[in-house]
Amino acid sequence: MAGVIDGLSWILLSVGGMFVFIGGVGTLRLPNFYTRMHAASLTDSMATLLILPGIMLQAGWSLATIKLLAILVFLLLTGPTASYALANAALLSGMKPEESRQTVGDKTSAS
Amino acid sequence: MIIVSGIFLLTLLAIIAVAIVRTKNLFVAVMLTSIFSLLMAANFFILDAADVALTEAAVGAGVTTVIFLSALSLTAERERSITRKRYLAIFVVVVTTLVLIYATFDKPRLGDPQAPVHQHVAPWYLEKTPEFIGIPNVVTAVLGSFRGYDTLGEVFVVFTACIGVLFLLGSRRGPEYAVYEPSPGNTGLSHHLIPKVVSRLLVPFIVLFGLYVQFHGEYGPGGGFQAGSIVAAGIILHALIEGEAAALAAVPRAALLGMVVGGAMLYGLVGLAGLVLGGNFLDYSVLLSDPIAGQQLGILLIEAGVGVTVCGAILLIFHAFAARELV
Repeated sequence: MAGVIDGLSWILLSVGGMFVFIGGVGTLRLPNFYTRMHAASLTDSMATLLILPGIMLQAGWSLATIKLLAILVFLLLTGPTASYALANAALLSGMKPEESRQTVGDKTSAS
Repeated sequence: MIIVSGIFLLTLLAIIAVAIVRTKNLFVAVMLTSIFSLLMAANFFILDAADVALTEAAVGAGVTTVIFLSALSLTAERERSITRKRYLAIFVVVVTTLVLIYATFDKPRLGDPQAPVHQHVAPWYLEKTPEFIGIPNVVTAVLGSFRGYDTLGEVFVVFTACIGVLFLLGSRRGPEYAVYEPSPGNTGLSHHLIPKVVSRLLVPFIVLFGLYVQFHGEYGPGGGFQAGSIVAAGIILHALIEGEAAALAAVPRAALLGMVVGGAMLYGLVGLAGLVLGGNFLDYSVLLSDPIAGQQLGILLIEAGVGVTVCGAILLIFHAFAARELV
């Protein structure tokens, strides 16, 4: 049983870490602001959702698990809200979401 | 592992510090300062200074960023570029850096038990805290009781800083400033449904967490400074989302002034009460018949004073900036 929980926890942690990595690469590589933000928001929603349960499985039934659960709920509420606020602020300040085909085409000159 | 994380964080800190100096865009600089504070908080946490980490995260990364942004909205977003080379400044910086680097050669290793700082009064504090004060968190015991004078000084520094900011930012308005009301049209971001709903969910819990940090400071990391800034951060979030008027309706300016003055006075009065009851200034042992219970009561009261003052001061400074913003 302990081995199963340990394995499950490692799977969750590794996949979560992978999402952080993908988010980081996406933030650097994607062509425009909104797509980059989409990649960045991956880290604070999907990665959190995987990594924190992974740590919770490691912690077992203890006070730490409850605290991690509270952090998880907090991050799940604030992360997407922050992404929304950021996208909204960008839209209000006049940044138009562009057609992706054009921006991918001149990516080398833009960067 | 601690060494690796420490080196990683310090490297990032150095990179961000250089980026802050290099950037001409002040908005970017403010954001980088916020990241700097968050990394610094993580660094403090690695060094087992959880109390300081809490303060740094709440004040440095949270409140200061909001106040910087309020200040930024009053000025230009870009730094004026200076073309002239300032050789004297460069010389002073280089010499200071060399002196500081030279000074680190005499510094004992991190965590060295033979270091002078661990040989002086620290063992005495660790040994006597259970006997004299009877609380698990030695940091709170040192801060509140053994070195109560220092903390009193810190509270009055916060108090003075708050008065200074109010004088500087309120001066142009003269007597009108006291009766200033924000325009009813300013409702913050309340027309945005998602932030509004989420902030309404979160603000009560942030304030509750602040109160927990306040009253749990004797047992775990926390205390007045941290609690005051966390509660203030919660109310600033309310102000950002619902508009400044809503925050001022919840906690009026007069109440904030009362908090700043009252908290500092509570601290001083606890000290005087010790004097009246026949002890020394800030000696809490005489407050109750049982000296240990007296110490705990004294620490509880002065921590309350600290928390109330810090919370009031941060909110008053925030409102002072936000009021200018609307002119």
